[in-house]
Amino acid sequence: MGPGRRQREVSVRSTEDRRTGYLLISPTFVIVFVLVVLPILWTFSLAFQQVRLLNLRTTGIIGDYSLDNFVTVLTSDGFVDALVTTLVYSVGGTACAIGLGLVAALALRTPFRGRGLVRAAMLLPYVAPVVAATFVWATLLNPQFGLVNHYGTSLLGWSEPIAFLTSSESASIFGLDLHISTALFSVVLFEGWRSFPFAFLFITARMQAIPETYEEAAVVDGAAPTQRFRHIVLPQLLPTIAVLTVLRFIWTFNNFDDIYLLTGGGAGTRVVTVRVYDYLINRGDIGAAAAQALVLAAILAVLVGVYLKFFGRSEEQA
Amino acid sequence: MSRDAVERRIFGALRPVIIAVLLIVTVFPFYYMVMLSFRPLDSVLQNPGALWPAWNEIDLGTYSDVLKSTEDGGQGFLTFIRNSLLVALGTVVLTLVVSIPGAYAVSRLEFFGRRQISALFLGVYFFPAILLAIPLFVFFTRIGQRGTLTGLLVVYVAQVAAVSIYMLRNYFDTIPASLEEAAEIDGCRRLQAMWHVSLPLALPAIASNALFIFMIAWNEFLFALLFLVERRDNWTVSLGLSQLAGSIEVPTTVLMAGSVILTLPIVVMFFLSERWLAGGLTAGAEKG
Repeated sequence: MGPGRRQREVSVRSTEDRRTGYLLISPTFVIVFVLVVLPILWTFSLAFQQVRLLNLRTTGIIGDYSLDNFVTVLTSDGFVDALVTTLVYSVGGTACAIGLGLVAALALRTPFRGRGLVRAAMLLPYVAPVVAATFVWATLLNPQFGLVNHYGTSLLGWSEPIAFLTSSESASIFGLDLHISTALFSVVLFEGWRSFPFAFLFITARMQAIPETYEEAAVVDGAAPTQRFRHIVLPQLLPTIAVLTVLRFIWTFNNFDDIYLLTGGGAGTRVVTVRVYDYLINRGDIGAAAAQALVLAAILAVLVGVYLKFFGRSEEQA
Repeated sequence: MSRDAVERRIFGALRPVIIAVLLIVTVFPFYYMVMLSFRPLDSVLQNPGALWPAWNEIDLGTYSDVLKSTEDGGQGFLTFIRNSLLVALGTVVLTLVVSIPGAYAVSRLEFFGRRQISALFLGVYFFPAILLAIPLFVFFTRIGQRGTLTGLLVVYVAQVAAVSIYMLRNYFDTIPASLEEAAEIDGCRRLQAMWHVSLPLALPAIASNALFIFMIAWNEFLFALLFLVERRDNWTVSLGLSQLAGSIEVPTTVLMAGSVILTLPIVVMFFLSERWLAGGLTAGAEKG
């Protein structure tokens, strides 16, 4: 076999590979293109037009483009409030989820009988359907017959039941005013409850990869548990925690289901996603909804961009 | 006593407490869900603090109430279960049909734009669903397919196919290409080698992917709400529960039975597959 023939065979094979590659990827590509990419582009078109549910059939790609929707949305009452609420919810929810996940991972670090089962149980809030999880918590927290308020008033000495999901009074723990409504505080805690298993899984996996020799050496040197955590375990976990922060922040920022189902966006929990839904369905103002969703996505992109710029290096190590 | 000894004692005592609290917080709401579904509403209102139902009050009537069709005075969850199953199973099958070849292509075959396509697919995963919901809502309203289960299914496939490709690709990457090359020397074509060599090896990953997709589709709420809310006969279990939870006519205990019906399949699947899935995933890791 001469060298020329061999080369030709290679290029025949790579041409064939390329053709097969396109053939195999095209169904997914077409679906994603038609149902994700094109719709996103279309959102831009909608956001610059006066589209309402009522005149939907008559609007096309070519229409009267203007910035009106953006002006309306950005200057409307409650937009800034919704943005602040979204930020509080995302930062609080992310912090709770990662904090709780870290505590759980540390507590379940050393083996004991039944640890596998306990670990599996920790994942329940994450895998359970959101509608069922929100419904059971709404019932637990119900002021009339909820279990939490029953024991709160009978055992913990609360003077009256707390309307956890409908009260817009400022929340406080141990006399410390949190400057957010009780309902917002509740949904932040719910978010921590529901997504800590995700952080727990990631952190546990990373912890298992820390070589045992590191800590054994520290024990020989007489380091106490907190010192070992601070100087050995935590530095190893930081890149993972940084990645988790980005992921959880993005998902919490975009979250609609949990708040809609728990409070319907009332009592100081109106996040931007709930507002977008309200514009789309209740007001039938598609253009304003689209403009608002785009503003939301842009703010998220900027926040994540800034974060990655400052912490980008630790991402790469992860 | 040294600092080490003090801390060891403190954490030694704290650890079981923390584990117990975590267990209560994660498991108790689900226990409460099951328990309420067995109790009549009157007794819940009279005695809200009960931690277990009294023997003489256990009542499974809530389940028949919630499952029966509305004509028979129930809530029609049997229809919702059928709808949810149709959409979830349909999503699993259709997604795998497109994503297995796609993942193989992205993992194995050199073609122009391969990386860009991977990045695009990953981007879909982080995109705000509410932004995508607007044009899809408008589009499906216009073509008159909003309110159909098929419309919902197609939207689900579009959203999970990308993630599915991403997960399966990672697995295909761990299967040594040399195995396929050996098959090709034996005269197999590329696609035959994929079908006979790599696909059987990837089965555990494909199965876990199928479960993952099923869970996403079964649990999904936003698109079900936007697409189906006006068509009660097409409601999924999630949507049905959320819609009825707002009305005062349906007793909470009956809806708790609905919650159990919604949650149970997911929890059973999760526990049955957990070991098997973990096995499949670590097997993949070892090969890498």
